[in-house]
Amino acid sequence: MATASIQVAETPLVLYALRRADDALILGHRLSEWCGHAPMLEEDMALANMGLDLLGQARELYAYAARVEGRDNDEDKLAYLRDVRQYRNLLLLEQPNGDFAHTMVRQFFYAGFADLYWRAMMKSGDATLAAIAAKSEKESAYHLRHSSEWIVRLGEGTAESHARAQAAIDDLWAFTGEMFEVDDSERALIDAVIAVDPAGLRAPWFGMISDVASEATLTLPKSDWMQQGGRSGRHSEHLGHLLSELQSMQRTFPGATW
Amino acid sequence: MATPNTPLWEVFIRSRNGLAHKHVGSLHATDATLALQAARDIYTRRGEGLSIWVVPSSAITASDPAEKGMMFEPAESKIYRHPTFYDVPDEVGHM
Repeated sequence: MATASIQVAETPLVLYALRRADDALILGHRLSEWCGHAPMLEEDMALANMGLDLLGQARELYAYAARVEGRDNDEDKLAYLRDVRQYRNLLLLEQPNGDFAHTMVRQFFYAGFADLYWRAMMKSGDATLAAIAAKSEKESAYHLRHSSEWIVRLGEGTAESHARAQAAIDDLWAFTGEMFEVDDSERALIDAVIAVDPAGLRAPWFGMISDVASEATLTLPKSDWMQQGGRSGRHSEHLGHLLSELQSMQRTFPGATW
Repeated sequence: MATPNTPLWEVFIRSRNGLAHKHVGSLHATDATLALQAARDIYTRRGEGLSIWVVPSSAITASDPAEKGMMFEPAESKIYRHPTFYDVPDEVGHM
């Protein structure tokens, strides 16, 4: 009944674009799950807006991946017709929304990285990636502003909001290391000045995260044991459930339009 | 849902071609910073604005609708206050 998955020829540049596209799509989808459920209408809109920013980034990156691959795939096929093991997103971004504090901490950790990452990528030798970076950087900067304001308010709010924010930081901390990982396929792109070496973003990211956490009277874990696997398709149990919902329409009614 | 202690804010937007900030609506937020962000997220999604003001609704002193007779009716009979009794030379164009 369901449509079979596509195959993707993952050359280093295709894989690189796919990884960033998957990041944006999966986090964007997670944010869209809040639609109609946020603590207040104002935040409902804010979360949906951020989700739409990310969906826009995902579309441009998928379209670019498909163009570089040069086969029969397009942005829709890449989003809707790949299996969970073919997804290349960071494990952090597929983690369930949990409570509002978990969602905001996840956003904060990622936006802090994405803001630095896209700003650096504006100097990429790849003109398309540099253009996507220029657009995405402004969006990420706002996501960081919004989420860090919330981190401070949750941390300094009530005893309960503080406890929930601290629990979210403790739960999600082990997923932050993956943002700074590099494998051989990316190393070649870094050497060719197409990609940015994320190792160089780690210190400024940590400095920024530490400043906000300290203002919020929250504590960053000392542990440096980190989860990994998302970039090569080894995901937590949550991604399969997310994809089954995200892909259900195209899998059941291939090529459906309206 | 907004809790009772989440204050209400009035939002004013200056559009691309407008000179003055115009009232566009209201929202709930815990403080001015978040009110500004919420205003951006709710009222400028379609490129409506270049500048936002937020003002605590409690800071606004409003006229009493029950007093509209006293407040506004006396002006209704003063048609000579409208600039319609002058011949405007064509060269002036739209005033």
